[in-house]
Amino acid sequence: MTENGTGQYEKSRRDFLKYILGGSIIAWLAAVLYPVLAYLKPPKQGEVEVTSVKAGKVTTFAKDSGTIIRFGNKPVILVRTSGGELRAFSATCTHLDCTVQYRKDMGLIWCACHNGKYDLNGRNISGPPPRPLDVYRVVIQGEDVFISKSA
Amino acid sequence: MKPLWKRFYDWVDERVQLGGLVEFMGKKYVPIHRHSVWYYFGGVSLFLFLIQVVTGILLLLYYKAGEEYAFESIQFLMSKVQFGWLIRSIHSWTANLFILTAMVHMFSVFFEKSYRKPREITWITGMLMFFLALGFGFSGYLLPWNELAFFATKVGTDIAGVIPVVGKPIMIFLRGGPEVTGATLTRFFGFHVAVFPGIFTVLLGIHLVFVQRQGMSEPLHEPAEFEGKQKTMPFFPNFLLRDLLLWLIVLNLLAVLAVFFPWELGVKADPFASAPAGIKPEWYFLFMFQTLKYIPAKLLSMDGEVLGILLFAFAGLLWTLVPFWDRRSSRGEKSRFINYIGLFVVLYVIVLTIIGWST
Repeated sequence: MTENGTGQYEKSRRDFLKYILGGSIIAWLAAVLYPVLAYLKPPKQGEVEVTSVKAGKVTTFAKDSGTIIRFGNKPVILVRTSGGELRAFSATCTHLDCTVQYRKDMGLIWCACHNGKYDLNGRNISGPPPRPLDVYRVVIQGEDVFISKSA
Repeated sequence: MKPLWKRFYDWVDERVQLGGLVEFMGKKYVPIHRHSVWYYFGGVSLFLFLIQVVTGILLLLYYKAGEEYAFESIQFLMSKVQFGWLIRSIHSWTANLFILTAMVHMFSVFFEKSYRKPREITWITGMLMFFLALGFGFSGYLLPWNELAFFATKVGTDIAGVIPVVGKPIMIFLRGGPEVTGATLTRFFGFHVAVFPGIFTVLLGIHLVFVQRQGMSEPLHEPAEFEGKQKTMPFFPNFLLRDLLLWLIVLNLLAVLAVFFPWELGVKADPFASAPAGIKPEWYFLFMFQTLKYIPAKLLSMDGEVLGILLFAFAGLLWTLVPFWDRRSSRGEKSRFINYIGLFVVLYVIVLTIIGWST
């Protein structure tokens, strides 16, 4: 072999070793980082899927008022209009996740965080909310008010 | 016989050769000029950080993280523990003053263009510490688990969630789940007392070593005014003593604020209550909060929120990288453009903070 040939032979052997070393370092890093990154991600909690809750007796909800009802782990707002009609919406503002409230003086659903307003059909009518509130179904059985997810 | 401290000094000196260090400190001078007063704000910020470390450790002796304990433990701290109210009040007030003095420090450095070559790294570490300070504020705010903090955290983390692609995973990571719960509190507690202080201390170390090694920056236009005869003051002990005097005054101010305007605890967080009327973020987030109110829900087929957040992120990035695009200052030329940008930012922040505060 010529000197040049030997040099090339050594170079390719060195490259081979470099790749092996580099590859091992990357593999090692991946083996260390993967469990750490996976650990940072909180596991999904096995929640019981709630489809319907009993909100209470019809008489407990005054006309022209709103009440926050616990629906699984989410808040739902039950509004009784001045006409006496019961309507339920997700109480989570579609803007930035605050919990809305019923405003008697405005006759509207209002979010205190960024002054978002929804009408009594849950439609976003003013302020920053980008979408209407999700509508829940209200069923009255005898005296009791039930709220369930709309299909 | 030599005095005890001298013998101790010699004992250490013999082993680690302190001579070079002492000589270095002896040769350190602080330039005196019309703008020297701004040099004090870095030192005051450092002092306030030290107070946070000490009072933070004291609070740790009684604080219990967790949905069921956090609020109650602070209630206990403030009502039963001797001077518990004082320690907490000082910690809260110092947090606010720290952000204020850090802001003054940042803007003074910006207007003096002290970030220019060769002090780019000092500026970058300073900016990173400033962002961390906001993180400290945001995470610490949740720890008492009161109503205001609960909704502030919901909104703040939801804002992270609207960033395209990476937003949702970041939000889940911050909250420790899809909602703000006790899991969020645990994570924020960890960030606040371990992760952030650790990173902050490293950045602070680099920042201070660089300031010591490179000395104080001088305003671009000053040397000419003095025709090369720069007035200076030795750092040890002249400047340091002035620093210490100011620190003492600041400590007194803190005591007055903490005693006469004690920090409220508020109402315990209830995930099934409406957000209270008049809810507002801490003052240092107000200008962003107020801006988000003005951006319409939809803009250029984008959610207005997303646009606002991306704009703020972009502005923050540009601000942090100013040493790299302000070429004129690095060449030692005046750059009025930078002053206009700085002035605009200061006015914008002040005006929107006032509007946010008063509405």
